[in-house]
Amino acid sequence: MFESLSEKLNSVFKKVTGRGRLSEANVQDALREVRLALLEADVNYKVVKQLVEDIRQRAVGQEVLESLTPGQQLIKIVNQELTRLMGEANQGLQLVGRTPHSLMLVGLQGSGKTTTAAKLANYLRNQGRHPYLVPADIYRPAAIDQLKKLGSQIQVPVYQTDPGQKPEEICLNALSYAGREGADVLIIDTAGRLHIDKPLMAELVRIKEKINPAEILLIADAMTGQDAVNVAKQFDESLGVTGIILSKMEGDARGGAALSIKAVTGKPVKFIGVGEKIDALEPFHPERMASQILGMGDVLSLIEKAQSEFDEKEALKLEKKLKKNQFDLEDFQAQLQQMKKLGSLDQILGMLPGMGQLKKLKQHKPDEKELVKVEAIINSMTKGERRQYKIINGSRRRRIAKGSGTTVQDVNRLLKNFTQTKKMVERFSKQGFANMPELFG
Amino acid sequence: MLNIYGKKDTPSPSEHRGLFQRLRQGLSKTRHTLTGRLDRLFLGKKEITADLLEELEEILFTSDIGVATTGELIDLLKEKLARKELKEPEIIKTVLRDHILSFLKAPSVEHALPAHGEPLVIMVIGVNGVGKTTTIGKAAHSFVLQGKEVMLVAADTFRAAAVEQLAIWGERAGADVVKQGTGADPSAVVYDALTAALSRQTDVVLIDTAGRLHTKVNLMEELQKIRRVTDQKLPGAPHEVWLILDATTGQNAISQAEIFNNAIGVTSIILTKLDGTAKGGIVVGISKQLGIPIKYIGIGEKVDDLRPFNAKDFIGAIFD
Repeated sequence: MFESLSEKLNSVFKKVTGRGRLSEANVQDALREVRLALLEADVNYKVVKQLVEDIRQRAVGQEVLESLTPGQQLIKIVNQELTRLMGEANQGLQLVGRTPHSLMLVGLQGSGKTTTAAKLANYLRNQGRHPYLVPADIYRPAAIDQLKKLGSQIQVPVYQTDPGQKPEEICLNALSYAGREGADVLIIDTAGRLHIDKPLMAELVRIKEKINPAEILLIADAMTGQDAVNVAKQFDESLGVTGIILSKMEGDARGGAALSIKAVTGKPVKFIGVGEKIDALEPFHPERMASQILGMGDVLSLIEKAQSEFDEKEALKLEKKLKKNQFDLEDFQAQLQQMKKLGSLDQILGMLPGMGQLKKLKQHKPDEKELVKVEAIINSMTKGERRQYKIINGSRRRRIAKGSGTTVQDVNRLLKNFTQTKKMVERFSKQGFANMPELFG
Repeated sequence: MLNIYGKKDTPSPSEHRGLFQRLRQGLSKTRHTLTGRLDRLFLGKKEITADLLEELEEILFTSDIGVATTGELIDLLKEKLARKELKEPEIIKTVLRDHILSFLKAPSVEHALPAHGEPLVIMVIGVNGVGKTTTIGKAAHSFVLQGKEVMLVAADTFRAAAVEQLAIWGERAGADVVKQGTGADPSAVVYDALTAALSRQTDVVLIDTAGRLHTKVNLMEELQKIRRVTDQKLPGAPHEVWLILDATTGQNAISQAEIFNNAIGVTSIILTKLDGTAKGGIVVGISKQLGIPIKYIGIGEKVDDLRPFNAKDFIGAIFD
């Protein structure tokens, strides 16, 4: 339902002439799109304002890299700024001090605390820890049952909570019990509560004081809107949150809440929940999140890959040749090799926004074997043939087919494709040739 | 406070005032952020400047009214300003109030009514954690208070202890609960439940489905199957499909409503957890962009805090 930001930006920049440098005037329209995209992604309004200003300052006057269009260049800046805001690298759990460590899971109702508790237990067990689950939600009907069932699914022990006790007592008892049982990490599932509910927030503070947890993790729903910031702030101010776990990331939410929470509280997002299965918990990677907020698949990694993999000299040589209209089979081959460096065609398509979901595409999947064939055919040609494809007559075709282990029909098809490509390239070079990667995308 | 068969319930004037107070109280956070900020914005201003409009835009955005709807409201104000229909900042508030009210008046979606002697079947759907089971518990309670025989169907056979949670609500509300074990086929549970409902002459059947993200194609197909099976057993059923949305959800709520509506067909929206959020604005965006009426809103934890939605009261509670 959201048009991807990169598409919007590209269309904005198509109207801009006189490229080469980003100016105040030509980033203006694009920044408006960036702003709307961020707001649509539920990034907090104040954070958006600051961010757009930062981006403007950085973008204006910047030179556009050869291999990028101005739109791509701007997206790159936006992405870098988003990544910077979200923290550069993944931050794991801080389990230091005496065992057993306690992790306290807090959050609003329905944010996914109980499910996340079980996922976290599973994750820690796979890391060689001995987790112990403590249901401290004595309010929601069947919450204790839910954790017990999840615990038995993953064979992690669950404390026998007595719902008649106060949550802080439950936690304290569980702590001493877990120590005797040989557990080293307690995962405490607290009841969901509103951040403005003073008595219930005070209850969390009492739990914190009794058990002195190693981490207090706020579980936040990735689909939360503008209020995410207030929720996080209130929990942090009353309790001192140490990290965030973002749940329900597998939907189509852009997750702007994550960015806002990090920007406002300064607390890192440590994990994301990406599915209903117990193992659907992943460490958080800020740069991937940036791409998701912008709604552009992994187009950035593609741009970056293109930047690092495309040999600049090769590109220059090609550009010159194209301008003189001398594109030949050798260049065609070089192009294929460049493309292979980017990864398999499947991967490249997967990195493009929107492509992943297109079911139709599956029928038109490019055949990797076909490419191997093409290379073999070109390799079986003489240098002269590669430069002057017109000299390839019937007997040469037969020889090439034999040499490459293909048929004459294959050779014919390749030559036909090549002449078509050549025509397309000619059209391109007439319109200017600033946007190299598009040829390959 | 719920009514079935679309009958109007008319509370006495004093009762209505009491309810309105509760609504006001539940929406106090929204009122505080939206109207409080509007008042401060207009206070002492004589002219409508670009800065003022920008600040207004910010207020609307931060209420989760949505990018498209906010854009429309701001454009409207600019237009009125250009035509010199707006002179004083104070009038803006009235204009906003009237327009938001018009956005909120979505006509009701047509749906079948149960045949004589058959139960009203309501299917409850939504993403994980929005409060489906709790809403069903509250709804069951008020149906029972109206003297109805109510049956709850535990078709969430996926989430651990979901069946138990519904059973506890059933006990509290005094409603029958039909259940099978975790992992059972939800459609089969529904089919059996409807058979039982017919023989027990139940008045209202509430089907609790498992929470699912709207982007999961196979899970949406499972919902469609439940719908089909219900219709097979009882032609025309489910008579109502309630989509539960969490008011703290941001722009994604619109995507949820759109996809659920396309896949299953939603007759009404129920917005939960409105008391905790300062962002009641999402109501406006959804109503405006999707045209599905909002039937109830959840404004608190108490059993009777599930309230019929009334656009006028809602606007009044926020603006006045």
